[in-house]
Amino acid sequence: MASKENVIGSAGMYGVFERKGGSAPTATHYCPGCGHGILHKIIADTMADLDIQDRSVVMSPVGCSVFTYYYIDCGHVQTAHGRAPAVATGISRAEDDAILISYQGDGDLASIGLNETVQAANRGEKMAVFFINNTVYGMTGGQMAPTTLVGEVTATTPTGRDPRDSGYPIHICELLDTLRAPVYIERVSLSNINQIKKARRAVRRALEIQRDKKGYAFVEFLSPCPTILRMDARRIELFINEEMEREFPLKRFRDRSSEVVPIERRESDFSKGSLDGIFGLIGEEEVEVIPDPAFVAKGVKIAGFGGQGVLSMGLALAQAAYRSGRFVSWYPDYGPEQRGGTSNCSVVISGESIGSPVVDHPDVLVAFNRPSLEKFASDVRKGGLILYDGLAGSFNPPEGVAAVPVPATEIALSRGVEQAANTAMFGALMELGNLGLPREAFGGAFKRTFAKKPKLIPLNLEILEEGARSVR
Amino acid sequence: MPAQLVEGNTAVIVGAMYAGCDCFFGYPITPASEILHEASRHFPKVGRKFVQAESEEAAINMAYGAAAAGHRVLAASSGPGMSLKQEGISYIAGAELPCVIVDIARAGPGLGNIGPEQSDYNQAVKGGGHGCYRNIVLAPNSVQEMCDFTIKAFDLAFKYRNPAVILADGVLGHMVEPLNFPQTAVEPVIDPTWAVCGNRETRGNLVTSIDLDFKELEAHNLNLQAKYDRIRENEVDYEEYRIDDAEIVLVSYGISSRIAKSAVDAARREGIRAGLFRPVTLFPFPAEELKALAERGSGFISVEMSDGQMREDIRLATGCRDVGLVSRYGGNLIGRDEIMEKMREVA
Ligand SMILES: Cc1ncc(C[n+]2csc(CCOP(=O)(O)OP(=O)(O)O)c2C)c(N)n1
Repeated sequence: MASKENVIGSAGMYGVFERKGGSAPTATHYCPGCGHGILHKIIADTMADLDIQDRSVVMSPVGCSVFTYYYIDCGHVQTAHGRAPAVATGISRAEDDAILISYQGDGDLASIGLNETVQAANRGEKMAVFFINNTVYGMTGGQMAPTTLVGEVTATTPTGRDPRDSGYPIHICELLDTLRAPVYIERVSLSNINQIKKARRAVRRALEIQRDKKGYAFVEFLSPCPTILRMDARRIELFINEEMEREFPLKRFRDRSSEVVPIERRESDFSKGSLDGIFGLIGEEEVEVIPDPAFVAKGVKIAGFGGQGVLSMGLALAQAAYRSGRFVSWYPDYGPEQRGGTSNCSVVISGESIGSPVVDHPDVLVAFNRPSLEKFASDVRKGGLILYDGLAGSFNPPEGVAAVPVPATEIALSRGVEQAANTAMFGALMELGNLGLPREAFGGAFKRTFAKKPKLIPLNLEILEEGARSVR
Repeated sequence: MPAQLVEGNTAVIVGAMYAGCDCFFGYPITPASEILHEASRHFPKVGRKFVQAESEEAAINMAYGAAAAGHRVLAASSGPGMSLKQEGISYIAGAELPCVIVDIARAGPGLGNIGPEQSDYNQAVKGGGHGCYRNIVLAPNSVQEMCDFTIKAFDLAFKYRNPAVILADGVLGHMVEPLNFPQTAVEPVIDPTWAVCGNRETRGNLVTSIDLDFKELEAHNLNLQAKYDRIRENEVDYEEYRIDDAEIVLVSYGISSRIAKSAVDAARREGIRAGLFRPVTLFPFPAEELKALAERGSGFISVEMSDGQMREDIRLATGCRDVGLVSRYGGNLIGRDEIMEKMREVA
């Protein structure tokens, strides 16, 4: 019986619904009078008419229309509940010529997927979003949807939607109309033949916008769900035309399609040459790191306030060690004080592959301020060294540990570049650190660390030497 | 081979780009954010696609979409974000799409903190979302491997049309080490037999994970299980260190395995016959190899920053109930001395 009543053949639909199969492979699974079947046919017709079936991919949402892919003759991706606009975004970004249709019910689009809805619209993604507003969750048995009318009885509002408990119906077109990016927004109805004609025009406009790659188009359809709402054909038509339309007035909210230019995205470039270029590998020399078990590994900890160049000094040291053929690791510890507070980093220099990159017991501690000095001094190994900024005041090191004040900030200030205190400290480390690295490696590291500002290298080389002299 | 000092998170992007990945969708979270930053910096330079998504759910679903179109897609996150991605990963597994997902794990549960932990093991290795599925899981332990395993993950993801997870942690993500850059760049080819690209060739294709027919969905599940068995047969990878005469075998992966390795050397100096077995693939887990070691009579200690999540797999593989555990939580790395102490206890 159903097989006869539900036949909705159209140019853009499959002749036989093979994916559906079963005993009635030319009938849809929709209930009689359901708006989904009507809209499927309109979309399919329009796709065929615009000759865009090859380019089109429909997102089948979670909801009654989860099986859209049974029917419309184009590419299909089934999506998780509410995520269709995100999935369509992924396809659209990957395939610039694809035409994306995000087909969604009101639970899917306006409840669980509201964020995806708003954000895709706000990015102006190239997609047509077709929104079936039937005021209920159809598939799961008629629970309240965000669009359920005040007073409307549903499975979860047995005495009618009470705004004091459940708020008011959400107006999605109006909400999206506050955004700049959407090209087209319209609300139409599927209540009767006249309305369906207008709906057809809206679908056509939305798909033309997609064909021409012009951006985001949104069409809301006030749609009959006679089964869940337990209404006959006449009653559901009245319900839509009177009660729903009172809440959700039919309107073209905007059509900017004649003003906007197509969005074209570049093709991906996969060539190795381009990659070598962006990673700065062209002309990059090879470094040979040779195991040297006789080399005694060194752990260095550098600590201070954010902005004192703690992390970059560590990176410079890592470069110096690496370019000297040592195994090396650098690891930053922002701690809980990541923003604006203290920071420290660990550098391990070794003759063989490195275990933990975190230095708990440094051979050398470099402290740029008093708190770092106090926090880490007791961790320094016996026989180790502490270099600290002279401004941190006098300091008595733990037994068996040498502590040397370095006028790092003073040197930097005298050169008019306060940020170079770490360079002066680096000079002191070169002089006293006993890290087993050649002297030239320290200054040589600036070629890397100042790669973006090579003009600063000569001055920093001078400050490096001055830092070294200051502790000689 | 050109080499540079590179951060672990950056190495992931290097690997992905040389592997022909051209879509990245992400959402900020420490300690994985640098992957997002580097993608935003480098992808557009070569016309590759980058979107900062509105959430991890949106990000993984964008990845699902681009993967459905047959592209090489990367997603990356940490703890709380990985939890949000689980629904999407289940869909990716169910629809049999290739996708590489990087977890720069942090300490949990809940918001936890941004220090390292290895407590996402179960989530990554056992599936993590709903339904019976497995991710291929690779566990790098160096910056070099962050790059190389990302490349390998793309190969495996496409070979099996399956999500592949790089399970790392905050230390691996943030540490800087030398990286030898890849010597080749992949020019990916889209497979029109299953991808949905919005063109004539793929118009008849469908990507889905729903099947209302119980028999059919069971058959699909059995196919998935057969695929996971093939992965178990062919893709197990591990590393052994001083294992030949080892009486105590430390089993450890990722950042902890490096510390375990130094503990092995230190133990040997004390005359303890220790060795390291490091699973490189966590799924498939190197169960047979561990079993062989058990049959030889070795004892096992699992060294992992979790409550023994991997230890359960060691127990299952070896049949030994008595597997030791050295663990830390809350963002603390395991100390070499803690491992030494445990070894002295059992030696
Ligand atoms: C994450 C998740 N939550 C809940 C469901 C169950 N579910 C299936 S369909 C549906 C309602 C869909 O309603 P709507 O979007 O209004 O579409 P309709 O069925 O009315 O067309 C729900 C909640 C699901 N599949 N996934």
